[in-house]
Amino acid sequence: MNTTKKYAATALAAALGVTVLAGCGGSDGTSAGSGASKGSGSKTVTLVTHDSFNASEKVLKQFTKESGYTVELLKSGDAGSALNQEILTKGSPRGDVFFGVDNTLLSRALDNDLFTAYEAKGLDRVADGTEQDDKHRVTPVDTGDICVNYDKKYFADKKLDPPQTFEDLIKPEYKNLLVTENAASSSPGLGFLLGTIAAQGEDGYQDYWKKLKANGVKVVDGWEQAYHEEFSGSAAGKKAKADRPLVVSYASSPPVEVLYADPQPKEAPTGVSTGTCFRQTEYAGLLNGAKNEAGGKALLDFLISRTFQEDVPLNMFVNPVVKDAKLPEIFTEFGETVDKPATVAPEKIAANREQWVQAWHSIAVK
Amino acid sequence: MAVPVAFFAVFFAYPVSAIVGRGLKTDGTWQFGRVGEVLTRPDILDVLWFTTWQALASTALTLLIALPGAYVFARFDFPGKQVLRAVVTVPFVLPTVVVGTAFLALLGRGGLLDELWGVRLDTTVWAILLAHVFFNYAVVVRTVGGLWSQLDPRQEEAARVLGAGRFAAWRRVTLPALGPAVAAAALMVFLFTFTSFGVVQILGGPAHSTLEVEVYRQTALLLDLPTAAVLTLVQFAAVGAILAVHAVTVRRRERALKLVDPAQTSRRPQGPGQWALLGGVLLTALLLILLPLGVLVERSFDGPGGYGFGYYEALQSAGGSGSTFLVPPLEAVGNSLRYAFIATVIALVVGGLAAAALTRRAGRLVRGFDALLMLPLGVSAVTVGFGFLITLDKPPLDLRTSWILVPLAQALVGVPFVVRTMLPVLRAVDERLREAAAVLGASPLRAWREVDLPLVRRAVLVAAGFAFAVSLGEFGATVFIARPDNPTLPVAVARLLGRSGELNYGQAMALSTILMLVCAVSLLLLERIRTDRSGEF
Repeated sequence: MNTTKKYAATALAAALGVTVLAGCGGSDGTSAGSGASKGSGSKTVTLVTHDSFNASEKVLKQFTKESGYTVELLKSGDAGSALNQEILTKGSPRGDVFFGVDNTLLSRALDNDLFTAYEAKGLDRVADGTEQDDKHRVTPVDTGDICVNYDKKYFADKKLDPPQTFEDLIKPEYKNLLVTENAASSSPGLGFLLGTIAAQGEDGYQDYWKKLKANGVKVVDGWEQAYHEEFSGSAAGKKAKADRPLVVSYASSPPVEVLYADPQPKEAPTGVSTGTCFRQTEYAGLLNGAKNEAGGKALLDFLISRTFQEDVPLNMFVNPVVKDAKLPEIFTEFGETVDKPATVAPEKIAANREQWVQAWHSIAVK
Repeated sequence: MAVPVAFFAVFFAYPVSAIVGRGLKTDGTWQFGRVGEVLTRPDILDVLWFTTWQALASTALTLLIALPGAYVFARFDFPGKQVLRAVVTVPFVLPTVVVGTAFLALLGRGGLLDELWGVRLDTTVWAILLAHVFFNYAVVVRTVGGLWSQLDPRQEEAARVLGAGRFAAWRRVTLPALGPAVAAAALMVFLFTFTSFGVVQILGGPAHSTLEVEVYRQTALLLDLPTAAVLTLVQFAAVGAILAVHAVTVRRRERALKLVDPAQTSRRPQGPGQWALLGGVLLTALLLILLPLGVLVERSFDGPGGYGFGYYEALQSAGGSGSTFLVPPLEAVGNSLRYAFIATVIALVVGGLAAAALTRRAGRLVRGFDALLMLPLGVSAVTVGFGFLITLDKPPLDLRTSWILVPLAQALVGVPFVVRTMLPVLRAVDERLREAAAVLGASPLRAWREVDLPLVRRAVLVAAGFAFAVSLGEFGATVFIARPDNPTLPVAVARLLGRSGELNYGQAMALSTILMLVCAVSLLLLERIRTDRSGEF
């Protein structure tokens, strides 16, 4: 045991010595030193999140001005992986606040006692039904809808109405048009599966997927491939001569197609089948064992403040959760409102997720 | 010996065994019954079978296509050789997301094959195999070619003078000398394809899954640690078995070789046969490697208003837009280079010391350590990453949020390259030279410096190049490790690909092209350094 420790110390000294030397020679030293600043504690608050988190620097500076805390970001892979890393390190977390657990994974987080209860200021302003935990262990931050998107040009050329509901998707006129993602590994894929379960019931969804399979649904692994390579409505898909005019994506994808086109078109090239949507809500929570609890609480307050909420749409392409936040014009103009999104209770998802996905896999993939 | 042992104990063995233990231990007792449970599941058996046969097929195909390449690069002198050698290495370091996209553009719908002959290979196993050849071509060319160019051709000529036919001379003289290097290369390729992750995920569709993909799924997505632990152990066992077989083959074939300056061994091709060989190799490289790379470059310029630098200009403005999503591309390049540089230094120190120790002592224990050093290649990045999380969490080793974890993890993958590249050359150094030095009073260190180092400097540079390149393109471990917000190039590319919108996709292609250029330039510089010094041999 003793020797192991000695080896460990030697290795660390060697590795660090080497790297410090190398670091001095090769770097300007601006971005490398997060470890040092973290120890100082009270002035820094660390937000652990997934890779898709995004906010304006301006808005984060605003937080520093108001509260005196500087936000340090720790991005930790995709949403599922980020959460699982938190679960593994619970009790000795790497940061103070975790953002990015959604309703499909919420129960896993709560069952593992990841969060300390805290009722954030302004919680009364969040949209109805988004708050799922009456102990306030998590705070809702944004909502997004996973929906089938369609290629407007394809349906105009064919003089065919785009599908609007889950029922439409199994009709013969839409044969071989839809591409979706692997529900086992992709979050929109799972959302779409849950949407079909909400719509067709726990007893009916397997039959529905058999019909969908017979109607030529294509399953690819990730959103990137479905959207960029298979979907004929996206800019990249056009270039790749993609041939599927229906894809499982987000309700916010059409405005994003407009925002990132040059020149910006007058109309979004894609539309949303509003009857096929599954609503995702993303939550943040104060981590159990956080070193900077006060800073974490201030950050949670800030996440549902108007300043942050109005910054959300154009950075993460989801909707703000508080009712008084104004949507940017590009969302109101090119986006579509989803009135009756499908939802499934988090506890139910937690209890059945594995089994649903397993059954889905044997129908849709094999 | 102490340094590499300690490095592996702390940054590999301890984290990996901790995470496996977490999966297989409940309330302090081992649950080995789980192993049988998992291994009899039909879906897991499917995964095992597919993993094995696609790796075998990929390795065979890679050797078949790349060995002539290794010969041509080692023995022939032709204009543009250095550039080409650097270029064929670029795929090796490209992130798999990018390669997958390039291959889909080539083999998928509307791709080149589709347009010419109506052939589509995406979601077939052919796409996976070809992508594996694309990735690993350089492994064979560099590992085998590196040694081949230092073999004295006069030995083969001598055999021919003594009456052996061209083929017999090659088979009796060159082939045995090359054996260890070929075995090492084949082993590398097998390991990479056995543990293939991104390629299989993107090109194979959801129906094809390797062990590595499954470990990732079970750990990162489902948090089913018991199943992940069993699969990790299976992968361990498989990799261990391969390494054992390899160790036996290498030992049987190993002998001291007379190494010469590669500048003396290569010459212009002579006669139609050699020119045809050169042409064939160049054509293969063109079709298999330059074409997919070319597709990426083409897409990066193919803006909405025709070809132009639109996406590259957009990269500039994206950096200045004041959001936390993107960093200026130059900063990402800087991050990547800095991490890769540090990782290379660590890998060279650890790997170099290990290789030296392995050459010197041939005890059973040391040979075991040889195999151990290769294991990081056979263990999934997510296992190592999650292992770091639960082990390196107490001072003085609370490194979980430190930037140093990224180069450390990259070095872990780099060390085996250093060892593999240096060992065949180090072992080929004539032991009598060392003995002579020792007799003349040199300390072991001095003998190593005066005898081994000059002879292996070339191998060191090749090894450094490999370690650097691997670190530069490393993606798997980097994404699993918490880091401050200074993404490397591959991470930045993946972030862009994760969003809809033409501009984001175009920028991802542009950034991939930049990554490709950075790799090519780094490798090219390396080639230059190497030729400048080769006069010292």
